[in-house]
Amino acid sequence: MNAPRLSKQVISLVLVAPLLLFLVVFFAFPLVTMMKSAVSDPVAARALPATARAVAGWDRVSPPTEAMKTAFVADIRQINDDQLFGDLVRRLNSAKSGFRTLMTKTRAAASNAAGTIDLIALDKRWADPSYWQAVSVAASSSITDRNLLAAVDLQRDASGAITALAADASANKTIMLRTFVMALTVTVACVLIGLPFAMIAASLDGWKRQLLLGAVLLPLWTSLLVRTAAWFILLQDTGLINSALMQLGLTSGPVPLIFNRTGVIIAMTHVLLPFMVLPIFSVLIGIPKNLMPAAASLGAHPVRAFWAVLLPLSLRGVVSGSLLVFMSALGYYITPALIGGAKDQMISSVIAYYATGAANWGMAGALGLVLLSATLILYAVYLRLSSEREARA
Amino acid sequence: MKILNAALMACALATIGTMTAEARDLTVVSWGGNYQDAQRKIYFEPFAKQSGKPVLDESWDGGYGVLQAKVKAGIPNWDAVQVEAEELALGCADGIYEKIDWDKFGGKSAFLPAAVSDCGVGAIVWSTGISYDGDKLKQAPASWADFWDTTKIPGKRGLRKGAKYALEFALMADGVAADEVYAVLATPEGVDRAFKKLDELKPNIVWWEAGAQPLQLLSSGEVVMTTAYNGRISGLNRSEGKHFGFVFPGSVYAIDSWVILKDSPNKDAAMDFLAYASKADNQSKLPEYIAYGLTNTEAGKLVPAKFQAELPTSPENLKGAIALDVDFWTDNSEALTQRFNAWLAQ
Repeated sequence: MNAPRLSKQVISLVLVAPLLLFLVVFFAFPLVTMMKSAVSDPVAARALPATARAVAGWDRVSPPTEAMKTAFVADIRQINDDQLFGDLVRRLNSAKSGFRTLMTKTRAAASNAAGTIDLIALDKRWADPSYWQAVSVAASSSITDRNLLAAVDLQRDASGAITALAADASANKTIMLRTFVMALTVTVACVLIGLPFAMIAASLDGWKRQLLLGAVLLPLWTSLLVRTAAWFILLQDTGLINSALMQLGLTSGPVPLIFNRTGVIIAMTHVLLPFMVLPIFSVLIGIPKNLMPAAASLGAHPVRAFWAVLLPLSLRGVVSGSLLVFMSALGYYITPALIGGAKDQMISSVIAYYATGAANWGMAGALGLVLLSATLILYAVYLRLSSEREARA
Repeated sequence: MKILNAALMACALATIGTMTAEARDLTVVSWGGNYQDAQRKIYFEPFAKQSGKPVLDESWDGGYGVLQAKVKAGIPNWDAVQVEAEELALGCADGIYEKIDWDKFGGKSAFLPAAVSDCGVGAIVWSTGISYDGDKLKQAPASWADFWDTTKIPGKRGLRKGAKYALEFALMADGVAADEVYAVLATPEGVDRAFKKLDELKPNIVWWEAGAQPLQLLSSGEVVMTTAYNGRISGLNRSEGKHFGFVFPGSVYAIDSWVILKDSPNKDAAMDFLAYASKADNQSKLPEYIAYGLTNTEAGKLVPAKFQAELPTSPENLKGAIALDVDFWTDNSEALTQRFNAWLAQ
């Protein structure tokens, strides 16, 4: 390799270094961390080493042995780091409700008195094998599939077999499916409005085109929260839309537009419309203007010319616009939270609950991982289909 | 590669530099809305004037994970935060709060016993209960049974989104006596019973999350009744001349506390601020703006009689009200919330 080429490579590397750094720090690193937190479960194994050894031979059904209790108390006495103890308590309580108060009580007793402690006399919950099962499962391995299973409404029972969670205990699958259905609905609505809009905008010129484009761009420059709040005001029972409808005598009572699916779809379609219009528009203005007159001169009816010429050519814009809208819609949080009812919440609200409410990062990571995988599978299907189409063409 | 490494290092150092170079002003976080407006007037601004340093204030809607993440990440960007009882208990056990220096506060005995903790100073006693617009509703609701009765009072109802409070209220609507609510809720049958009762009202519920939302829902007529925080109701009545009512029997009261996040760079200033906001003569100004009960026992006595009647701590208002069972919710919050979310989704 000669010197000028090497220095060129170094220069280009330096030029892309900020981008690489940005991608690593703000994209790859958080992504990998969250994915890791979905399956890694080292807290109990680290905090309860003696217990982990003591429960190894336990059958997880019979009453807890003396050795387990002694080891557990010894481990609790060993923990000096309050945050480690907190992580342990959170981990155990998320497997079995009741550990919060139980562990606080046990730790206080263990640090106040030396020697052996009768755990069952301290709290009768310690006689219940199900609490020890939770300890044993948590302490025996530092990798878990618990979160990933729970993200799709499954669990492992006491014998380790995978079973479905009770129908009223978890609804992640329902919400995940709903997320995809809503994103798809918004995408279709955006195509139906965005395609004609972009075609009209591309066919005009001068101030008329600027006006139409401005109508799309102006909302894009406004904060998402402001636009959502504006829709809240417009859609409510006493809002502009309903009072106009009632004054015109079109309806006798307010049409339910808010706190339901209709409202969310309307608001999300409006918010995401620019991402559909702009790609289609940029494809359309690249199409030579004389194609439609050429089709007409060959005797094609305008409708046929549209179907056979303009629509296929604009399809590339529709596809990239749809991808943009669909992918963005999957992660929507604010709009469904403010405009939607309880049945319109998307998976992001569940992820947000686990992250900000319960501080259960494992579950948040697992749900994110499932969403990411489902999205990547859909994307792979799309790539496959589009490459087949291109191969045919 | 050397240049690349150097560039990477330089970028990393520059990022770290901008993050730590500036000393941040004391940042106080509370619940927003007209409550925080009042706090700004009587605590934040006078304290900034007294200490000669600016005080920044931000608002939040709760969530233990928010605080835990901030402390885990290293140096938190909030200093003093007002938290609910459950967040205080969880965070104190997890060690994410600084220990309170009670000498600065005139000793623990100056406060209500329930407002004293190793990691937090009680700030207010507040109630959640039924509220309604007295101008629009001819027949005022008196109990949770009325709240559930959509034939007697037709229209939508607002409820705080979450298992906490909703389950308690559902049981009371189903005829459970106020003082037995937590005993019933501690059994699996009791939880089933509460969810079954919530099923009845489900089509008529509008869920809210931030404390300012129920006021908007009531004002706009989107709901005829809603659960709300008592102080905000009386605050709005005073500032906007509304006639919103609040039903104290069957309400649930709890204590909110000030905490200081672990490793806060403004720990001392935050402690001084907490002491300032907990002083009897400063606390006693709060009920003029917003009707929350006070934790400093001396402050309670300094409140003018005309505001006393609105406070959740007045003997009249405590009749039929219950205290939030913090232990129950620290244990069961996650499992019940998961079930609640599943119930919502169906």
